Amino acid sequence: MSKTIVLKKGLELPITGSAEKRLSKTLLSDVVAVQPSDFKGLLPRLLVKEGDAVLAGSPVFSDKKNPDILITAPASGTVKAIVRGEKRKLLAVLIQTDPEQKYAPFEAKLPAEAEDVKKALLQSGLWPWLVQRPYGIIADPALTPKAIFVSAFNSTPGAADADFAFEGEIPAIQAGIDALAKIAEVHVSFNAKTYENSPLARLNATKHFFEGKCPAGNVGVQISHISPIHKDETVWTISLQGLAAVGKLFLKGRYDVRRMVAVSGPMAIQPAYVSALPGTPMTALKAFYSTNEDIVRIVSGDVLSGKTVGVEGYLGYFDNTVTLIKEGTEPEPFGWAMPLRWKQYSTDHCYFSWLTPWRKYDMDTNLHGGPRAFVMSDQYYAKVLPMDIYPLYLIKACLAGDIEKMEKFGIYEVLPEDLAVCEFVDPSKNYIQDIIAQGIDLMLKEMA
Amino acid sequence: MNKIFEKGGKLYWLHSTVDAFETFLAVPGTVAKKGAHVRDAVDLKRIMIIAVISAVPAAIFGMWNVGFQHSLATGLDMNILQEFWYGFLKVLPLFVVAYAVGLAIEFASAQIRGEEVNEGYLVSGFFIPLIVPVDVPLWMLAVAVAFAVIFGKEVFGGTGMNIWNPALLTRAFLFFSYPSQMSGSSTWISLRGAETVDGFTGATPLALVADGGMDGLINTTAQYGTSFWTMFWGGIPGSVGETSVIAILLGAAILLWTGVASWKIMVSEVLGLLAVAGLANLAGLSDLPCFYHLVMGGFAFGAVFMATDPVTSAQTEAGKWIYGFLVGALCVIIRLFNPGYAEGMMLAILLGNTFAPLIDHCVTSVHTGKRNKIAKA
Repeated sequence: MSKTIVLKKGLELPITGSAEKRLSKTLLSDVVAVQPSDFKGLLPRLLVKEGDAVLAGSPVFSDKKNPDILITAPASGTVKAIVRGEKRKLLAVLIQTDPEQKYAPFEAKLPAEAEDVKKALLQSGLWPWLVQRPYGIIADPALTPKAIFVSAFNSTPGAADADFAFEGEIPAIQAGIDALAKIAEVHVSFNAKTYENSPLARLNATKHFFEGKCPAGNVGVQISHISPIHKDETVWTISLQGLAAVGKLFLKGRYDVRRMVAVSGPMAIQPAYVSALPGTPMTALKAFYSTNEDIVRIVSGDVLSGKTVGVEGYLGYFDNTVTLIKEGTEPEPFGWAMPLRWKQYSTDHCYFSWLTPWRKYDMDTNLHGGPRAFVMSDQYYAKVLPMDIYPLYLIKACLAGDIEKMEKFGIYEVLPEDLAVCEFVDPSKNYIQDIIAQGIDLMLKEMA
Repeated sequence: MNKIFEKGGKLYWLHSTVDAFETFLAVPGTVAKKGAHVRDAVDLKRIMIIAVISAVPAAIFGMWNVGFQHSLATGLDMNILQEFWYGFLKVLPLFVVAYAVGLAIEFASAQIRGEEVNEGYLVSGFFIPLIVPVDVPLWMLAVAVAFAVIFGKEVFGGTGMNIWNPALLTRAFLFFSYPSQMSGSSTWISLRGAETVDGFTGATPLALVADGGMDGLINTTAQYGTSFWTMFWGGIPGSVGETSVIAILLGAAILLWTGVASWKIMVSEVLGLLAVAGLANLAGLSDLPCFYHLVMGGFAFGAVFMATDPVTSAQTEAGKWIYGFLVGALCVIIRLFNPGYAEGMMLAILLGNTFAPLIDHCVTSVHTGKRNKIAKA
């Protein structure tokens, strides 16, 4: 076992409602949705019309900027509706699923050349799983990255547990690693604490070991310790879920993106795992929130960086966690002035919850304050971010839209989700992830 | 909130004020719209109130000391409660004026900017009465507060954007605008024309040292004690809240326990002060033992409450060491070499505030340089 990288900075978020490690049911909903907004930087060109029959793996839309990049149907069936928003913006393609799933045929063989791997991933619609850094966009097939990074654990509380969710997928993940290794070296980062007993330990790749609190499981944090990204460098990342799908493509010749989804959060009734396809409507998970429907916020993704989708929404394409959390719309009389706030959690020593580290809290979505200018110094944010950057300087550079400063303070290394912990602790209640996302958008525009 | 206070309503001009009172009484039911779906329970109101609480011991001691110094100077026989009550009545108007003027400007500025009222002034308004002479005319204080809040803070964009500590700007404004009223024998003791005892001196220990060195301090016939321990517990004349090092250390303990203030700044200030004062001892420039500087004048109060303001101090960790050392060193340098005015802490911190962005720029540039070097290697 190579040297463990110990990350001292970070945050253990003591939230209740982790999913119990059991599969509660396997879902095949009547309808699945394919949503362009799940793919960062993609401009969709629609390839189907209402009434078309599709197989799992048939193209639904392509990217206008690069027509080779296809997004394909997660399930077979008929196109039921094409949902458009303002200015006819494509919001979703709804597919009425067949009871018996049929798969588009692909070649069940591991290609020998990198170019053939790329081609197979592009044709099958698995290409968007490859995320390119800097900026977190869909990888550019014309580039060869410095390396491909994978995080084999999740440090955000409530998120799907990799050891449980991927226990049955080890051969597929290994096949995925072998395929991508033809493009660039694949680095997999493990949780040093659970590695010994993890089924993932059987994987064969360049391994790294991390020990630390959230966000130590973020691939961005891991990259910054393994091989920081500098200007004019590109790396790719892919999730275990993506590797499993890539592996199944080459092992079975199928586009299979079914996954174990952790349904968790303080509002979840008997939180557990379900097996589901991306685009599964949240109504299919009603059993988990049926009694609290009017006060629950339904989030596709984890509690720190997921997207609010609501009852009418769908599971995001890349997500394997659904978080159910209470909308904190009730005012709290004298809240900030109370000496003790027994039910509230704070990392700050202005309260006392740091003295009871064993307690878990039913957190809700209340901001606990109003938006203010940044007052606390950089260290307040840096102490929860295990990266070698000055987070507050980066945030302020993004706010100012100052490209040079953004470069200086490390915009190439981060995605919004990496600074989610800073957003959590911020006493000035700024939307830090949004600020970073806007900074990245500005970089993309200026560098284009 | 009632509709008439919302945008388009008749009383919209009161929006920020109503919002400030509402959020003061209850944490509002606002939810995180995007980003992290859960947030830490702490907010700036909590952090600011901790800063205020930490200064309460110094304020209470200061009120008593105002009465105590008055009784020493006039020879009146007062018990401890009478002394406190005398001081309380003297200091209360300072609090009222500081808060009334400052908050009025804060509320108006927040409304003009269309923002919520920031709680930063709760702290500044509490510190201001503690760092001015107790007999300062109230109109002067009002003018100084208005200057500091408008030109020291609001023109930069409000709390979080200011370069200098607003409370210290208030004090600086008073001292440079009204020097005749801010100096002289009765500035630091509440007298208002009362009869004084024989051998009365209104000079503070620092002023005694400035005039006669260590001999001046030891051989004085002042009505108050001038030993190290008297200066440590605080029975000496001075600004309302600055005299008792014990009360200030109590506040420092609260600030450090809660992490509201940086221990790095406090420690490096002490180091900076001792280093320069020690050098002055060695070079024969001053016969006052270097550690006396710790308990004299405004050093302790400034080091704990003013220089650690997270907005105006250095932001980076390495920067905090440099900044604190600079403030401590400048304090002694001004005390020793400034002929006009015995105290140096106020100017030292304001100069430190001025240099803080530059210090941070150097620290972050060195850091980036190191990273790029690794990248090229």
